[in-house]
Amino acid sequence: MSSAATQVDQPASPPEATASGGHESPAAPPATAPPALPPSSDGTGQAATVADYSGYKLVAAKHPWRWVGTAVVALGVAAVAWSLATNPRWEWGVVAQWFTAESVIRGLGETLKLTVIAGSLGFVLGFVLALMRLSASPLLVSVSWTFSWIFRSTPLLVQMLLWYNLGYLYEKISLGIPFTDVRFFEVQTTTLISQFAAAVLGLTLNQAAYSAEIIRGGILSVDQGQLEAAAALGIPAWRRSTRIVLPQAMRSILPTAFNEIIGLVKGTSIVYVLAYSELFYTIQVIYNRTQQVLPLLLVATLWYVVITSVLSVFQYYIERHYAKGAVRTLPLTPLQKARKYFALHATPRSTR
Amino acid sequence: MSTATSAAATRGLVEITGVRKSYGAVEVLKGVSLTVPPGGVAVIVGPSGSGKSTLLRTINHLEKVDGGYITIDGALVGYRVRGRTLHELPAKEILRQRTEIGMVFQNFNLFPHLTALENVIEAPVVAQGKSKAEARRRGLELLDRVGLKDRAGAYPRQLSGGQQQRVAIARALALDPKILLFDEPTSALDPELVNEVLDVIRELATSGTTLIIVTHEMGFARDVADTVVFMDDGRIVEAGTPAEIFSNPREERTRSFFSKIIEPAFNI
Repeated sequence: MSSAATQVDQPASPPEATASGGHESPAAPPATAPPALPPSSDGTGQAATVADYSGYKLVAAKHPWRWVGTAVVALGVAAVAWSLATNPRWEWGVVAQWFTAESVIRGLGETLKLTVIAGSLGFVLGFVLALMRLSASPLLVSVSWTFSWIFRSTPLLVQMLLWYNLGYLYEKISLGIPFTDVRFFEVQTTTLISQFAAAVLGLTLNQAAYSAEIIRGGILSVDQGQLEAAAALGIPAWRRSTRIVLPQAMRSILPTAFNEIIGLVKGTSIVYVLAYSELFYTIQVIYNRTQQVLPLLLVATLWYVVITSVLSVFQYYIERHYAKGAVRTLPLTPLQKARKYFALHATPRSTR
Repeated sequence: MSTATSAAATRGLVEITGVRKSYGAVEVLKGVSLTVPPGGVAVIVGPSGSGKSTLLRTINHLEKVDGGYITIDGALVGYRVRGRTLHELPAKEILRQRTEIGMVFQNFNLFPHLTALENVIEAPVVAQGKSKAEARRRGLELLDRVGLKDRAGAYPRQLSGGQQQRVAIARALALDPKILLFDEPTSALDPELVNEVLDVIRELATSGTTLIIVTHEMGFARDVADTVVFMDDGRIVEAGTPAEIFSNPREERTRSFFSKIIEPAFNI
């Protein structure tokens, strides 16, 4: 013990002495005089018996197999690109002709409209359902559970057709006091449930059932101590949910939520059963007429790729926003990286 | 110690009377009674699972009691009297009561997505209806008091454990509470960060705010407490001045606990 303590106060002793263990060090003579310095030393005296590498260049390890793998993949990509470009049966001319056709753009607009409406209404309703499910009231919990159970266990196609044919089940829809003759208003079901209304209703309710579980999962991922601290500070319940819990839950909600939204973009194509002319139904109508099935399917595919790509960019920045405080320093965005790269490489002569 | 200052304090009298609490079949508080005078500093010590933290959490109604009652300056916590019945207060009233009782947690529980200053001003703005500017001014003052004014814009994860706990103390102080509850405030900290937090609490002990502290830091307890309370198995075994409890305990259980805890601590 004490031998170790005295050693600290000594000037650097030769590495051999310390390497053989602290107990033998008192035997070694204390090196009081600074040893002779090599010419390139930094002057601390530490470098006396240690080789000096301070002027050496650093080279990272090589990964030859990484290069082989890259070459194989690049070859494969090139082959696919070549066949896409040169096989005339893809009929790229037809694709180009229809890609921006007015009917296709109109269909695209309908697809986006359905996605935005059903997506946002679905997530709002899902948030309410998630809060109900996590509440202390057994009634709210079971209502929320039952909702998710029903809408997750029936095919979307069936839900859609049921909503559209609601007029067959119930001729009129009215608002009044149950089990009395009092009616505040009454309409024909068929006038209320148009194709659009049936599509929105079906997609929204289905989306809400899934969103509820995603949001609930996110809320459960937030540490209980956060709620406790907020409660101890006297922060009201609604504010606790929206200001404290939800922003933290967003971290785990967002990746899954964007999965759902992207799924919904393509999922809206199911409304073709209602003969609703969104993107996919429009494409079907066109190729049934022109018989150019594959190129037209390609038109739809390319548009879905475009939408998904745009959504992915949104996802990146929204996730980044909610990562605030979750990581010590946020990584650079691709744009920031590019700007930094050009700033460093644009004028190579003038940099260090 | 702080006997002189407690005379100056006029608010923050805590009276705990016969409090019982069970989790399922396990009774964790078996009729606990304790009085802490205004401006007093009570330190609760005892083995893990003795009910210290639970007792602390009943004082701001984070835990509901199953029996007994707690008053602060004579007002019941979490309940109101109607005839011969105690009715639990509506949520809003409970939240208002809690703004008079600050709490500091073992794991800090700072809001990680808010900066240090935003953590401090959240409650004054939403629970007390202060203006944002006023809350910011006071918030910076408090961060300055805990030595962190220059870190006001930092997120909790950019701060060390000791700094986080000091922000948490500033957050609790922002409501200008009568009483501050500390639930093992240094247990999650590296040994070298413990003192910076204890120093802040030591400074608060002379400020006239009533402090109730659960801790395992015996040296600190001896230093700062008016009253040391030793709990075991859901009961208060004995309570007294630090000198009485640490140096001259009456109960065998207290003696055997400190013989395991204190002596190794003083030998280091």
